Amino acid sequence: MDVPILLVIAVTLTCGMYMVLERTLLRVVIGLGLMSNGVNLMLLASGGLGAGTAPILHGQRDYGASPVDPLPQALILTAIVIGFGVTALLLTLAYRTYQSVGSDDLGELDGKLTDE
Amino acid sequence: MSNLPVLPVALPMAAGIALIFLRNSPSLSRAVALVANLIVLVLAAQLVETVRIDGVQVLNFGEWPAPFGIVFAVDMLSALMVLVTMVVSSATLLFATVSLDDARERTFFYPLFQFLLVGVNGSFLTGDLFNLFVWFEVLLISSYGLLALGSERYQLQETFKYLVINALSSTLFLIGVALIYSLTGTLNMADIAVKFPQISDKGSAGAVAIVFMLVFGIKGALFPVYQWLPRAYFAPPAVISGLFGGLLTKVGVYALYRVTSLFFVGNVNFVLPVLSFIAGATMLFGVLGALSQFDMKRVLSYHIISQIGYMIMGLAIFTPLALAGGVFYIIHHILVKTALFLVAGAVEATRGTTHLKRLGGIVDTSPVLTGLFFVAGLALAGAPPLSGFVAKFMLMQGGLEQHFYIMVGASVVTGFLTLFSMMKIFRYAFWSPEQVPFSGRGGHATRLVSITILVGLGIVLGLGAGFAMPYATIAAEQLIDPSAYIAAVLGSQAR
Repeated sequence: MDVPILLVIAVTLTCGMYMVLERTLLRVVIGLGLMSNGVNLMLLASGGLGAGTAPILHGQRDYGASPVDPLPQALILTAIVIGFGVTALLLTLAYRTYQSVGSDDLGELDGKLTDE
Repeated sequence: MSNLPVLPVALPMAAGIALIFLRNSPSLSRAVALVANLIVLVLAAQLVETVRIDGVQVLNFGEWPAPFGIVFAVDMLSALMVLVTMVVSSATLLFATVSLDDARERTFFYPLFQFLLVGVNGSFLTGDLFNLFVWFEVLLISSYGLLALGSERYQLQETFKYLVINALSSTLFLIGVALIYSLTGTLNMADIAVKFPQISDKGSAGAVAIVFMLVFGIKGALFPVYQWLPRAYFAPPAVISGLFGGLLTKVGVYALYRVTSLFFVGNVNFVLPVLSFIAGATMLFGVLGALSQFDMKRVLSYHIISQIGYMIMGLAIFTPLALAGGVFYIIHHILVKTALFLVAGAVEATRGTTHLKRLGGIVDTSPVLTGLFFVAGLALAGAPPLSGFVAKFMLMQGGLEQHFYIMVGASVVTGFLTLFSMMKIFRYAFWSPEQVPFSGRGGHATRLVSITILVGLGIVLGLGAGFAMPYATIAAEQLIDPSAYIAAVLGSQAR
């Protein structure tokens, strides 16, 4: 189970990074979205993967054989919400930038660092 | 257990929510924001005294015992950072009330300002690694809003770049969290500090160190990932740049202090040597960038980078003296750098530009502002008896004792070049005859008051170093020997 999920994480992160390095505003946004999904999978894998029982107490004192770790899921939930908010903001900002610059090419966004 | 540690987060949050509904009455917004800030300032001072007398303060949320629930753990460094945050944010807020245009005041400047403080204070106070990530996001999202406020073309394009680089570093932060969780099985920072030495795979521990140095290096604008800073901080009005320049990068520096002292020192051998190289390079490249600029705000932005090098120098040497110097430097820098940006803001508000070749003769129109800039510039360069001198003296003394001759040499060179660059601004903008005829009104007295508070504190911190130093020393000792921090957080578990 470990190797397949590692491959999925690696491919998602690589594709995301490739798109972040593109010159089009929208592709950068999509690339960041892909990367945050890849990291969410990584958080999922950090708790250990495998068949375990649900970590819920049903009246008895212990969880049974081997409960799965519930914490990574809580982390992922938080990370998804934050990622969602940031992506929404990023899309809005990309659209407003496109409107005011008149181009979606990042090369046009080169703020001059010297006299203007 | 008292609720004091959570108040610097809870009160600005409440104020921020209330201010959303007050957006149509700027005068009421100003009053509410200022009063809220001053209350939290008093609470922060109380927190510092509590930590000095009673040691590390811990608050377990929902009474969950330490490694399971989320904790706020406040040692001297955290408390000092919160206090100085509230000091500069109060001064900046006072400045903003008379400097911002009506449109920006009405488009949620005050709520965003308060939410930024929520994020900054939360980052300083939390004792949980994932919680630190969440507070970083809170402060970053507020900072995106503040940077883009006004929606000028330059602001929008720079905010987009700033957002992308920060989203990328947040992604890396989560990768670091996932790595550390899979290695230690905990996210409580004190608990990680206990379990980190037990990691059998030293290579993975090193990878965690690299990820966190990169993440906080991007947030704190260290060499070689500082290029985002000068452009982003040039975009907004000087009030907002001043707040960012004083506070935001220092959150990254604080986090680097925290994770290095708790996790990496003694466990990952290459961290301190790499940091000492980064410190020297950050100083030199930052100050060389500043020399090449001819705009006040850009020069000051590059100086932020070079001075972050000094803070990392204290961390890289890692002796009580150098760390106390580093903590002292952070506090000095937040006060003085914000003051300098506010001077640039006052110049921008009266003259309409901060470009050095289009300024001049400010000494005639506003002599007080000139004096304030002169003192703040000297403090930044490290002239005695001002605050920068004390901090740099401790850092260099600490460096020489540990034979870091190259880094101390770099810091001396950087100090001279900083002085040169401050004198360049002084000569062109203040001292020289007017290069472009100017016939506007003078500055606003309230602006001078807020700058005077910050510069005055810089002088007090230099002359009264004997009074301020014990606090920095306590912070440094707690960083070198985190056992008190760990015991305070995990103590309830042992009972």
